[in-house]
This record gives sequence, C-alpha cells and structure tokens, in this order.
Amino acid sequence: MIYLEHIGKYFMMLGRVFKKPQRGRIFYQALLKELEDLGLKSIGIIMFISFFIGGVIALQTALNLDSPFIPDSLIGFAAKRSIILEFAPTFCCIILAGKVGSYITSSIGTMRVTEQIDALDVMGINSINHLILPKILATLFFYPFLILLAMCLGIFGGWLAGVLSGLFTGADYILGIQTEFKPFLIVYAMIKTLVFSFLIATVPSYHGYYVKGGSIAVGMASTQSVVWTTILIVIANYILTQLLLT
Amino acid sequence: MIEVKDLHKGFGNVEVLKGINTKFYPGKTNLIIGQSGSGKTVFLKSLVGLHTPEKGTITFDGRINTKFTEEEKQQWRQEIGMVFQGSALFDSQTVEENVMFPLKMFTNKTKEEMLDRVNVVLNRVNLPNSNYKLPAELSGGMQKRVAIARAIVMNPKYLFCDEPNSGLDPQTAIVIDKLIQEITDEFQITTVINTHDMNSVMEIGEKIVFLSKGKKAWEGSSETIFSTENEAVVDFVYSSNLLKKVREVHLNKTN
Repeated sequence: MIYLEHIGKYFMMLGRVFKKPQRGRIFYQALLKELEDLGLKSIGIIMFISFFIGGVIALQTALNLDSPFIPDSLIGFAAKRSIILEFAPTFCCIILAGKVGSYITSSIGTMRVTEQIDALDVMGINSINHLILPKILATLFFYPFLILLAMCLGIFGGWLAGVLSGLFTGADYILGIQTEFKPFLIVYAMIKTLVFSFLIATVPSYHGYYVKGGSIAVGMASTQSVVWTTILIVIANYILTQLLLT
Repeated sequence: MIEVKDLHKGFGNVEVLKGINTKFYPGKTNLIIGQSGSGKTVFLKSLVGLHTPEKGTITFDGRINTKFTEEEKQQWRQEIGMVFQGSALFDSQTVEENVMFPLKMFTNKTKEEMLDRVNVVLNRVNLPNSNYKLPAELSGGMQKRVAIARAIVMNPKYLFCDEPNSGLDPQTAIVIDKLIQEITDEFQITTVINTHDMNSVMEIGEKIVFLSKGKKAWEGSSETIFSTENEAVVDFVYSSNLLKKVREVHLNKTN
C-alpha cells in the first residue's frame, strides 16, 4: 500500500511540475543555474570514468578474444557496441544518479526542512514547478550531450589502451569501430538517456520535496533516492531494451 | 480583519484544532500563545493557507479563503507576508536577492525601482549596507530582520510571524518584537504572531489568544493576562518564579 501511495504522490507531483512557469525570466535564470549544477559540473567525472572504463572494456575484450580465428578488428567492434549500448547510457546514468540524485534530494530536502518551500508556497509560487521543472529540462537537454561525450571518450580510451599495451593495433581497432555501424543504436542510446535523465531529475526531487523531519531525514532521503533511481534505471533499461531491440 | 469561525483541522485520526473562533484586528499585534503541541503552528499554517481546514472558515476582510478562485488566491497570497521560525531565507541568494524575490515574481517594476524598494525596506529594518551578504554570513537577529524585510516588501495587508524571536538573545528578541509592532502600527497591517516567549506577551501583546489542546482557552491582552483567573493561562504564563513574583506585585498594586 505504501508503494502505491508513493507512486500516486509521484505522479501528482509530476502533474504540478508541468505548468507554465510564473515568471519566464526567473525560470530562465533557474534553468541556466541547473545546467551548470547538474550538467557542467558532471562533465569531469563522466570524462574520467568513460575514458578509463573504455580502456578496460577494450583490454578485457582483447584478453578474452585471444584466438587466431578471431580478427583483432572484432575487439574494436565489441568495445564500440558495449560502450554505445550499455556503458555510456546506462552505467554513466547510474553514476549520475548517485552524484546528481543525492545533490537534488539534499538541496530540495534542506529547503523543505528549513521552511524555504513553505515560504515559496506562502508567496503564491508553485514551488514544485519552480524547483523541479528547471532540473528536468536541464537534465533532458544536457545529458544526451554528456552521454555522447562518454561514448567518444570511451571508444578513444579503448584505442589508447590497445595501442599502449600492444594487445591490438590502432588500425584494427578503428576498422572494428567502423564495421557495421548502425545509427539506430545511437538513437536507442539517446532514448534510454532521455528516460534515465527524467528519472534522475524527478525521483530525487520527489524524495527531497516530501521529506519530513530534520537533517537525518534529509540524509536518509538522499540515500533512498539514489537507491530508487538506480532501481528504476535498471528496470527501465530492461523494458526499453526489450521494446527497442527485440 | 481576519475572522476565524469554528476552525477544525486534523491529521489522520488526530484532531489538532477543535473549533477555534477568534478575530484579529488591523494595526494590532495579535499573539497566539500556548504550550508546545497546543496547535499554534497548525493554526498559523491554516491561516496562511498551508493547511486546508476540514471545517470552519477563515475570512480575510470579508473574503473566505477556502472559496477563492485561483486568481483570487494568487491576489490574496500577495497580500500576505510571513516570517518563519528559522527565517527561511534562500541560502543561495544574497540579502538583496532574497528581499527582491517577491518583487521579481509578482511585479513589473524595473530593476532600479525594485532596488529602491529593497533599500527602503532594508533601511526600515535597520539593515543598510547588507545587500550583498549571504544569509549564512548574518547573525540570527539579522536573518530575522531580512525575513521581515522580505515579508513587508510587497506592502502586505496581513503579516504572520511564527516564533519570530526563537533562538535570539533577550535583547535582540525585544528589538525584533518592537520592530514588528512598529511596522504593524505604521502600515496598519493585521499582524498575527505565534509565540511562547513571555517577554513578547508582555511587551507587544495587544491581543492574545491562548490555545490549549487545540481549543481557544482564553482571549485577552497583555494587561488582562495579569488578572486572569483562568487556570490554564496562569499555569502556562506564570510557570517561572520571576513571572509569579511579577504577577503578585501587579495584583497587590491593583488591590
């Protein structure tokens, strides 16, 4: 029953989120701030992780396909597929769920427990729309670019790892990543990214907005929000894969 | 004027407000007092529309707030200023931005006009030259002043304060109380203050409503509270030895 209540409250919250902002200029300023906080400030960690995980994927693939019957170009092909299909959209979004999700919950939750949200409501401001809509739009707009960047860096990391380790040549790797390139796979990754971005913005916002209590409650809500966002990303990943690729 | 009739509010099976009737007049500092858990905060939050009453009405100068259309509600909200217990200033905004926020949201003033208005209210609460400070850089008393400045920047008809001097030293608390009283008198605002600070009761209690277990147990002023025989009020107000002495002296004088 408690889950049904949460689901109901979540969708009711979404109903109040998607309203026209009361002041365009203030909304625009909030959107720019969220683009910086949720997007720009996540570039570093995503670049770092993508580069190294791309390298690891290529090395692991090379070590596991060590056979004279398998061409080395398959390493690049497999690394490319793994990075585009799973690593960049899913793995990176789970990392973002941890980093950005806890930030969103704790910032909105602190506003709740310090009565800043009540202050907005008393002024006649739709606090849900004012606080959450810029976050949703910022993640939906920015994360596809971030994931594209993760794909490029992951593939580059794989190439560099191969060249430095000598496990395969750069030419074989490039041949592999050019083999059977299907643009739909990028579309599939972008659709997943948009769905995950929406979850990353809304689920932590829900946990922060409805938090009750003090600082401990905010901390617990942050943990809960990361757990639930991750669970929902994994479930959505399965459903979207089933729908789009089978 | 704010008129409350038969106000009921509960949460789940717990009935917090059990039929409150009272009136709050403009130009007066109206105080709500009572023990913790007596329903003061729920009452105040019901007055400002953060809680919807289950039964009863709250009338603002003849307008019942539960019957407002969306447009009327928006208009009414702009007539309200509220000072929260913890000030509720927006952490990421400077003093100037905090005070300017309602102007930006609800008026079409130019930047210069808004800035003028902000400086007027900051001067009124004795906080000049603090425009660019963040709330974290201010003392508790200064934060309360900024909260008052933000609450009055739109020229409200009704001002609500939830324990405005909690966490402040006695001297600063008196300064804040006096400031609220002066503003109330100057702009003829209907001010409702939620407090359990006895200094406030004695200093600025032009009208006092005493709540006990979700009901209005007594109503009077800072003068009549000395002579009341209401047991619940006497127990609450004169719980300290100092105030017991004050009461004895007052009663001896009047007798």
